[in-house]
Amino acid sequence: MTQPKIRIRGLKKAFGDKKVLDGIDLDVMPGTGMVVIGGSGSGKSVLIKSIIGLVTPDSGVIEIDGEDVLKASRGRAHELRAQIGMLFQNGALFDSLPVWENVTFGLLAQKKIRRSAARDKAIEVLAQVGLADNVAALSPSELSGGMQKRVALARAIASEPAIMFFDEPTTGLDPIMGAVIDELITDCVKRLGSTSVAITHDMASAQRIGDRAAMLYEGRVCWTGAAEELLTSTDPVVDQFTHGRAHGPIKMALRR
Amino acid sequence: MKFPLNMVAALGALVLGTVEFVGELGIFAISGVSHVFRPPYYPRLIWRSLMEIGFYSLPVVALTALFTGMVLALQSYTGFSRFNAESAIASIVVLSVTRELGPVLAGLMVSGRAGAAMAAELGTMRVTDQIDALSTLSTDPMKYLVAPRLLAGVIAMPLLVCIADILGVMGGFLVSTEKLGFTPGTYLISTFSHLKTEDVVSGLIKAAVFGFIISLMGCFNGYRSKGGAQGVGAATTSAVVTASILILALDYILTQVLFVK
Repeated sequence: MTQPKIRIRGLKKAFGDKKVLDGIDLDVMPGTGMVVIGGSGSGKSVLIKSIIGLVTPDSGVIEIDGEDVLKASRGRAHELRAQIGMLFQNGALFDSLPVWENVTFGLLAQKKIRRSAARDKAIEVLAQVGLADNVAALSPSELSGGMQKRVALARAIASEPAIMFFDEPTTGLDPIMGAVIDELITDCVKRLGSTSVAITHDMASAQRIGDRAAMLYEGRVCWTGAAEELLTSTDPVVDQFTHGRAHGPIKMALRR
Repeated sequence: MKFPLNMVAALGALVLGTVEFVGELGIFAISGVSHVFRPPYYPRLIWRSLMEIGFYSLPVVALTALFTGMVLALQSYTGFSRFNAESAIASIVVLSVTRELGPVLAGLMVSGRAGAAMAAELGTMRVTDQIDALSTLSTDPMKYLVAPRLLAGVIAMPLLVCIADILGVMGGFLVSTEKLGFTPGTYLISTFSHLKTEDVVSGLIKAAVFGFIISLMGCFNGYRSKGGAQGVGAATTSAVVTASILILALDYILTQVLFVK
């Protein structure tokens, strides 16, 4: 059996009394796309932040390529996490830098390219997300929401990461732009052969970008399956969530 | 909860909150300073911060120093002329400015200008995930955002205070010669006759410390801000208030250490 690219076991994290993650188990196989769905506050973001090291979990195992990043030395954990690219929900572009510097930021930080070559590299990567070369000199604040998302995607893929994380990639975009971004995401992931993990509320998007899906509920993974099965699952929690029903098992949790 | 318990709980929360704040600040400061000395360095960002803290604060600091020197001469004349001690005015102006008012007033002005801007910039970067994005792009935010600003603060403030010292003395000189009837030569001689190197140097040491405090409080408050626009506003206010109070308190402590033997 092949080794999972990312393997998570018994991951727990609490903020004060609130148990956000309560024993997450999740495997993401190499070269596949995993979609994580779940209600607001179900810990999806905390899960991703734990993997990339922005949040330190209370206990559990996070393995990347079979190595536990939580037990590894600081330098080694940094190396393991260096292969992760992340697309943030609102882009999180550096507004003090022009687009081309945003796109090549990671490459420059890792000294993979020289500053003089960065602009041409940025134009090349921007072309991969369907942006013309005149965008490179603009500031992020001069771009529309959809273009900002494309630039953010370009920044995430510039260093050709082996693992890609997408935090609600289509949130805040119109349905057509959402579909365009999804297509770009699947193209990029396929071309780079990356393993991807996406958080989303958008079922159409989930089925477009995911091979597998996992549902988070009350701090645990309550269901996993193929992404196509999301809408046909008989699991009551998944069914209620994917069809957006106000009544069902999740209602109790929301009221608390 | 009953009334007295309430009070104890509130007191306890206050103490715990303060201890937590001081502890966090200490860890932040140590981490920030250690990153100043470890590569990679960002000369481009250090330069940008130097411009931001030093160069662009020049007009404000210059005007403050000039008017302070002018008003010092005017005020001390009113007092000293009552017992024929006008000759002390030059010394009063130069010693007050170099030892005390130059660094403190420059510190307060720069904290309001550059410290607030730092807190707002880092705070906005925090709430828009830009700081998180830095770490996902193989960049340590402490090294990239905080270390250059700390270094720039320590370098820029003494330079600003040098200029403030000169302009403060010039303000006093202008008022004394143009309005109070001193001859320029006499005024300059009595200015420098009582001035010692340590007066200026101690002011510059103070300035370096204040520069560090301004950058530290700006970065610290911005870095840990949360909760959108309101959080950034609170961080900015807190950066200026805490930096100002620390400047005034440290000014007393430094004066005690540097001058009282």
